[in-house]
Amino acid sequence: MEIKKTAIAGTLESSDIQLMISQADSGIAIDLQSDVKKVFGDQIEAVITTTLNEMGVTSAKVKAVDKGALDCVIKARTIAAVQRAAETTATPAWEVL
Amino acid sequence: MKSKVNRELPDDLMQKLDYKPFETTEIGHPEIQRVAPKVHVSTGDDKIVDSIKQVVADTVKDGMTISFHHHFRNGDFVFNQVMRVIIDAGIKNLTLAPSSLTGVMNDMVIEAIKAGTITNITSSGMRGSLGDFVSHGGLKNPVIFRSHGNRARAIEHGDIKIDVAFLGVPSADRLGNANGMEGNAVFGSLGYALMDAQYADQVVLLTDNIVDYPNTPASIKQTQVDYVVKVDKVGDPDKIGSGATRFTKDPKELKIASMVNDVITHSPYFKDGFSFQTGSGGAALAVTRYLRQSMIDNQITASFALGGITKPTTDLLNEGLVKKVMDVQDFDKGAADSMHTNGNQQEIDASWYADPDNKGAMVDQLDVVILSALEIDTKFNVNVMTGSDGVIRGAIGGHQDAATGKLTIISAPLVRGRIATVVPDVTTVVTPGDSVDVLVTEFGIAINPKRTDLIAVLSNIPGLPVYKIEDLQKMAEKRVGTPKPLEFTDRTVALIEYRDGTVIDTVKEVKD
Repeated sequence: MEIKKTAIAGTLESSDIQLMISQADSGIAIDLQSDVKKVFGDQIEAVITTTLNEMGVTSAKVKAVDKGALDCVIKARTIAAVQRAAETTATPAWEVL
Repeated sequence: MKSKVNRELPDDLMQKLDYKPFETTEIGHPEIQRVAPKVHVSTGDDKIVDSIKQVVADTVKDGMTISFHHHFRNGDFVFNQVMRVIIDAGIKNLTLAPSSLTGVMNDMVIEAIKAGTITNITSSGMRGSLGDFVSHGGLKNPVIFRSHGNRARAIEHGDIKIDVAFLGVPSADRLGNANGMEGNAVFGSLGYALMDAQYADQVVLLTDNIVDYPNTPASIKQTQVDYVVKVDKVGDPDKIGSGATRFTKDPKELKIASMVNDVITHSPYFKDGFSFQTGSGGAALAVTRYLRQSMIDNQITASFALGGITKPTTDLLNEGLVKKVMDVQDFDKGAADSMHTNGNQQEIDASWYADPDNKGAMVDQLDVVILSALEIDTKFNVNVMTGSDGVIRGAIGGHQDAATGKLTIISAPLVRGRIATVVPDVTTVVTPGDSVDVLVTEFGIAINPKRTDLIAVLSNIPGLPVYKIEDLQKMAEKRVGTPKPLEFTDRTVALIEYRDGTVIDTVKEVKD
């Protein structure tokens, strides 16, 4: 899936994560801010990367501001951000959900 | 060497500071020799001093131990004024021994450490930038954390020998008769400061309100005071405590509070004449409200409420549901005002409150106590000192002391955001699991397996699911995932004393 524009999903509320996805030349680069980065940083980045891979996104810049979100929330916000960035919200890829 | 809660303690430091590892929560009946302060004899007519600068020049020398109280909390103007003068005077190598350190003091303490003015600290706790600074190795010597009762014990033993105590008060007369109830910046009980007034070699009162002699009621007495300094303002009354205590609407906190109340009312301790301590914080305040209704419904009154006092507790006093309030500290204006007007609200010092080496402390008579936790582990050990990043951000307060109550309840959510509260091993052991009886979370409760009596009476109550604490821990981990272990260096930045003066755990420098 191709990232066509910059898009945001999620909020800065407690237990949520806000993701901004934008175009990149190659590869996936994640810039993560989180109060729990020390103990869950790797896990959060792994969930974002896996979700992007499952959606066929191979190059993207991701800025993530985490407020203690659980994995299911991170995955949902990533999917929403990708669909907005790829302009596919009208035709969601149900199979990856 | 290891403490009884299985924490490795640094041999070299333990030896150097002549410490024993924590063994047991039992205090026994040792014979204790207390110390007495020096007395600089005076008829009392020469105590008024014009400036902090002059009194510092007269009293503070390199290498001394100085103390403050934290009753003004974040409205404190005294600490920063005095420390400014001490730093500017170029005094070095002081031990800072306040009852605790609040946020407004942080920047000044860091400056004093960097200037070499402060080289040792003992406190109940620290938070914010100071906790961060110490956790990152900013202070060469380890901080010694002591509970309120243990600080009283250490002062009486001479483990803390206070050379000069700087005590801010909202009212004092020219000889130093003072209380915390009258004036502009009132905070009610002077409980923690009374230790300093009684045991420091030199006692300096700072006040913005010098009243006619003799000032009564006198919590601090003229027989204890060396100097009285008039300052512009001792504190900001709006920041001393929360104005009106708001009742929480958070459904999770309400659920926990209601379950805490169920545990209390189904325990054998809930009978006429029982006693309790609840503390502050959303859930604890809500418990007081549920407990009130249960007391009315069952026609039960309490003989006393203890500890840090809030308005919901003094309301119970006014309603006659609680006979006496034993008050070491007031968390809000309502409680502070009530101490002034209600003769059944007794000011108590930290020794009377919680000192283990005593001829009986109030905590020894306590039936039910509700405490909080940053973390609790499957051995029921509690951490109230270090956060999920391993950085110092808390205070022992009266936690270890009150936990000796007959029914000690820890109320805490199973998880906070992505951080589990119930964990396999707490980062820092502050209160040993031996003195904890029941954990209450929003999902259910866990009872210390040692308390077979409580397991028997609390096991079949509708709406009160009982789990093994290991199951609650797994439930938490399933929700949030398995955290990567925190990384620390070998350097010890703080020692956690148990209330008897042994060392229960240490805090290490964080690795970033």
